[in-house]
Amino acid sequence: MAKSAEQEHPTKAFGWAATDSSGVLSPFKFSRRETGEKDVRFKVLYCGICHSDLHMAKNDWGTSTYPIVPGHEIVGIVTEVGSKVEKLKVGDRVGVGCMVGACHSCDSCDNDLENYCPKMILTYGAPYYDGTTTYGGYSDVMVAEERYVVRIPDNLPLDAGAPLLCAGITVYSPLQHFGLTKPGMHVGVVGLGGLGHVAVKFAKGFGVKVTVISTSPSKKKEAIEHLGADYFLVSRDPDQMQAAMGTMDGIIDTVSAVHPLVPLIGLLKSQGKLVMVGAPNRPLELPVFPLIMGRKVVAGSCIGGMKETQEMIDFAGKHNITADVEVIPVDYVNTAMERLEKADVRYRFVIDIGNTLKSA
Amino acid sequence: MAKSPEEHPQKAFGWAARDPSGTLSPFHFSRRENGDEDVTVKILYCGVCHSDLHSVKNEWGITRYPIVPGHEIVGIVIQLGNNVKKFKMGDRVGVGVLVGSCKTCETCQQDLENYCPSMIFTYNSTSQDGTRTYGGYSDIVVVDQRYVLRIPDNLPSDAAAPLLCAGITVYSPMKYYGMTEPGKHLGVAGLGGLGHVAVKFGKAFGLKVTVISTSPNKEDEAINKLGADSFLVSTNPEKVQAALGTMDYIIDTVSAIHSLAPLLAMLKLNGKLITVGLPDKPLELPIFPLVMGRKLIGGSDIGGIKETQEMLDFCAKHNITADIELIQMDYINTAMKRLSKSDVKYRFVIDVANSLSQ
Repeated sequence: MAKSAEQEHPTKAFGWAATDSSGVLSPFKFSRRETGEKDVRFKVLYCGICHSDLHMAKNDWGTSTYPIVPGHEIVGIVTEVGSKVEKLKVGDRVGVGCMVGACHSCDSCDNDLENYCPKMILTYGAPYYDGTTTYGGYSDVMVAEERYVVRIPDNLPLDAGAPLLCAGITVYSPLQHFGLTKPGMHVGVVGLGGLGHVAVKFAKGFGVKVTVISTSPSKKKEAIEHLGADYFLVSRDPDQMQAAMGTMDGIIDTVSAVHPLVPLIGLLKSQGKLVMVGAPNRPLELPVFPLIMGRKVVAGSCIGGMKETQEMIDFAGKHNITADVEVIPVDYVNTAMERLEKADVRYRFVIDIGNTLKSA
Repeated sequence: MAKSPEEHPQKAFGWAARDPSGTLSPFHFSRRENGDEDVTVKILYCGVCHSDLHSVKNEWGITRYPIVPGHEIVGIVIQLGNNVKKFKMGDRVGVGVLVGSCKTCETCQQDLENYCPSMIFTYNSTSQDGTRTYGGYSDIVVVDQRYVLRIPDNLPSDAAAPLLCAGITVYSPMKYYGMTEPGKHLGVAGLGGLGHVAVKFGKAFGLKVTVISTSPNKEDEAINKLGADSFLVSTNPEKVQAALGTMDYIIDTVSAIHSLAPLLAMLKLNGKLITVGLPDKPLELPIFPLVMGRKLIGGSDIGGIKETQEMLDFCAKHNITADIELIQMDYINTAMKRLSKSDVKYRFVIDVANSLSQ
């Protein structure tokens, strides 16, 4: 008979879980493994709410098995390290993002691209090496192999730093990989939400000119005055879009709703690159002529490897980049999920686990 | 008032289409006087590119009639402008898809005239003097020396002609997107004019080459004549399944509407799908495979002139030419019908000098 979530591991844990596709979260007792020789154990202080958490809680992608404890933007303080842990020690400020394991022997893993390993293990809702299901950061304690734990620079606040672990790396990785970081370049960011707002900050940190492309004119003031974008384009305004044609070296598209690619491809200069980091669940129309006539590219990118996640957090530390967050108590999480569905947040909810998650 | 086609001082003769039926017939027109920068070419051969067919039938909606197609031109220099130093009388030369550009923009300065916003096509374009350009289904052409290529001595004129469009169209993206690392695996989708040259280039670059086609009857030639390593029929789900995640790059030469999903699935992680075919409607692009595998789909359009010369020299070194069916000028309408059914191995070339008579 399968062990219950509370019994399968030796140490008690407590969190909030969704138990069916309504996605409603509620208190949940479970357990964590003992700290193994390569493991780092930490007390969770904050956890960001990623839109993926909402998709998974509601089984939007058809891959969820319940109960699910979401959360893959997890930060806290180390309480114990295994005997083979070299870089981290008790008291360190650390974080865990979207992955907690991989095969460590394929080409991707050898190239520090665990995120593309076919056997990559997600932080929640996935089978771990020992066959048990992983549980995420809407919980009081986290145990993960050192390889998947990053150190948070001292100058970054933990609450506003948490979203970097998914949103941050998801936009940082393609900016680097597709060469969109040279000062003087012009990069567009489509969608101003959790991913988009961090993309603007990173791009400015690299010294590139940034244009936000959005359907919401109301976001313009903040985009320019608060986030530091250079320009703001309303994508539904044909005149504005026309004036910006052929001006961008690259575009990071964070929008996961189905939307037209034609106008975005038109904004690219010759040889420009449109990188999708949001993943609409239906194919989009691809006009081939504009790709060919301008030698343009449409590419995708998915989070980033652990080495580059640490690099990203260090870059954020150096440039004082954090997410703009709304910190909430854990019992607000269901309301937060409803607001997130309507994009009613500037720009990431972060659960104050340390102060508000109390076991019964 | 638009000038007539007989607006220039030199008489010229060719075959033109006059309406979207696409039927070609004899046509008298004229060429400009040979200017200081110009070379006049007596045309020997002209390849029949699928773009010629799209254009005569106005399938892209941009044709102005009458249209003289032809942008795979090989001939002999019969006149030189005063500033022309790199060619001499009697040289064997080629003219491809472009005969002009602005020469001053960033792309022109990078030898990428093919991406210049003011690029002038060999046919169906407007020259700097406001007159229309007419292509190589004709007896002579006058071209600015910058856009004229030298045909290497060891390449036969007729079989070299298709390199001027088909050749550069696949060579350029193979270089730009890095599809040249020996030992890597290249998929070539579509085995026509472009595809068969891509197979030859792929083998010359030391790649393993798989042809992806909807026609099972092309397998024998693909392997035994063109040198492909394997062949898969894309409508056979088992073959596609076996090929999932095996290709470093795919060059997609297909201009019919087709599904990108199986092609993307056949790419490895970080794989590149490069499209050079020109379907007349958008294709469907699934985004998940791009994101999950950091894959990309990119386009490419012919190549710059410097690169075109480099491609011809590469062909000379590796003895690469197109596989052609040589035809007389008056066969052109039949050839176009056969081309629309992909009934050619793999390019028609018009024997202009021997069959274009007034």
